Amino acid sequence: MDGDLNKLVTQVRRDILRMVHAVNSGHPGGSLGCVEFFVTLYKKVLKVDISSDLNDMFILSNGHISPVYYSTLARSGYFKVEELDSFRKIDSRLQGHPTNHDNLPGINISSGSLGQGVSVGLGIALSKKLNNDDSLVYVLTGDGELQEGQNWEAFMFAAAKKVDNIIVTVDYNGQQIDGSTKDVLDIGDLKSKFESFGWKVLEMENGNSLDEVYSTLCLAKEKSKKGKPIVILMKTVMGNGVDFMMHTHEWHGKAPNDEQLEIALNQNPETLGDY
Amino acid sequence: MEKIINQGDKDTRSGFGEGLTELGRSNDNVVALCADLTGSLKMNVFAEENPERFFQTGIAEANMIGLAAGLATGGKIPFTGTFANFSTGRVYDQIRQSVAYSNKNVKICASHAGITLGEDGATHQILEDIGLMKMLPGMTVINTCDFNQTKSATIEISNFDGPVYLRFGRPKVANFTNSSEKFKIGKGLMLKEGNDVTIVATGHLVWEAIKASEKLAENGINAEIINIHTIKPLDEDIILKSVSKTGCLVSAEEHNIYGGLGESISRLLVTKLPSPQEFVGTKDTFGESGPPSELMNKYGLNSSSIFNSAVNVLKRK
Repeated sequence: MDGDLNKLVTQVRRDILRMVHAVNSGHPGGSLGCVEFFVTLYKKVLKVDISSDLNDMFILSNGHISPVYYSTLARSGYFKVEELDSFRKIDSRLQGHPTNHDNLPGINISSGSLGQGVSVGLGIALSKKLNNDDSLVYVLTGDGELQEGQNWEAFMFAAAKKVDNIIVTVDYNGQQIDGSTKDVLDIGDLKSKFESFGWKVLEMENGNSLDEVYSTLCLAKEKSKKGKPIVILMKTVMGNGVDFMMHTHEWHGKAPNDEQLEIALNQNPETLGDY
Repeated sequence: MEKIINQGDKDTRSGFGEGLTELGRSNDNVVALCADLTGSLKMNVFAEENPERFFQTGIAEANMIGLAAGLATGGKIPFTGTFANFSTGRVYDQIRQSVAYSNKNVKICASHAGITLGEDGATHQILEDIGLMKMLPGMTVINTCDFNQTKSATIEISNFDGPVYLRFGRPKVANFTNSSEKFKIGKGLMLKEGNDVTIVATGHLVWEAIKASEKLAENGINAEIINIHTIKPLDEDIILKSVSKTGCLVSAEEHNIYGGLGESISRLLVTKLPSPQEFVGTKDTFGESGPPSELMNKYGLNSSSIFNSAVNVLKRK
């Protein structure tokens, strides 16, 4: 199983690189940093039964990492892998930032303008409680994105109202467009901030380890429904898997050129077939 | 047509509150959210009767809109409640992305719209909200004129699948529409037939239009009065039919003339039936503190302003 997951991780990286290269735009850095999270979430964690309404639901708040989202959805059967070729092109369902507007399967809400996903996830979590639906809501948010004030309205609400059927993961890569998060606007000690807001905090030291992502998400599930919302601070490396894209914000929103693509793809040989 | 009679002054926000109370009793899927203005929005009864379906968000409107989008994603019919200013301008991007672009079945219910909010002044008196909301693709925009209409609109929008902006106000005003009349989204109401000039009014200005028509009649001018409660989608037929008869039109609204009902009508007329039009509304200005009725007079949002505009537009025929 994990051998297959490793293959999928490599293939998703290739998809991301090829998608952004083809249109010379998009966000490879954050996408590459979250491949292990997406693959684990969709292949091993999310409970989805298409015959039921009572399914786990995922919301991507930092919508700019749409390439990893689209690739994972396509390779999990939500739509055909070939459709990845339409990313950011005209008449496509794969918009630059994800949207349900064009009925792309697997997408529940539009995101891109930052800071809105946690609120939406909490609303879904409230609806699940009203519907006596035991399934969980998962949200992924960026770390730079936490500079948006709406998040803190949502964090305050979640703890005060004991919304405990939600697991928020922060992609804690320390980078944003203008530079390191420390330099742009230091978000400070996230752990103590969340704890003081009444959240149960789990720390993931290596969000680029399939094993660690899986074990932390399992632990989060165990800790859910105990009166507190749960946040995972997931340390990742932006640009993970492509040596010249790692540990820098340079590739946050920049596509590789032909030469760079070739080098990057050589570091991630085809495993499951390119789209 | 029968003379239109005021059944007794009532506030439109209480119409919203009563409508929401009825929905709470009749539809388990209806949920409500409020950002610390439950009393002002008259949402108390719903909150008391349905504590598990009422969400007090605190003074955090952005989060409230996101929660509503999420509740709609989970199959609920959320009604959000706060003042019009905090329902629109403060959360425009949240509505744009999480509600409108995402086509979520959220009902954004906005009280204290316009200048009749009164003494709190310009920080709270939004006169731009109709424009903000009507520009959003897929958003239905409703501005009700009295208690009865607000109550029936509140109930009816729960049966409509899609985002709605429902705008109403603070003060007690004439309650004159028929309480048994079913609210039809997108259908204008013919209040009084006439041949000389068409007056199209929305919200609190509808009663002023009725009063103006009485004075116009005393001066030998037979005005046709149309109540447009749904500004988007606009009932084009009722307006075109009327103007093809009268040849001129006055629009009246408690809103900036930029971006409001009048502009929607002028776009319609200029493309389908070019005709003289006069605009009653605020003239690209902020409001100020004061009693609602004095503010309405100062900013020309009253029956005499409608009367004068009708006289002026007739000269341009």
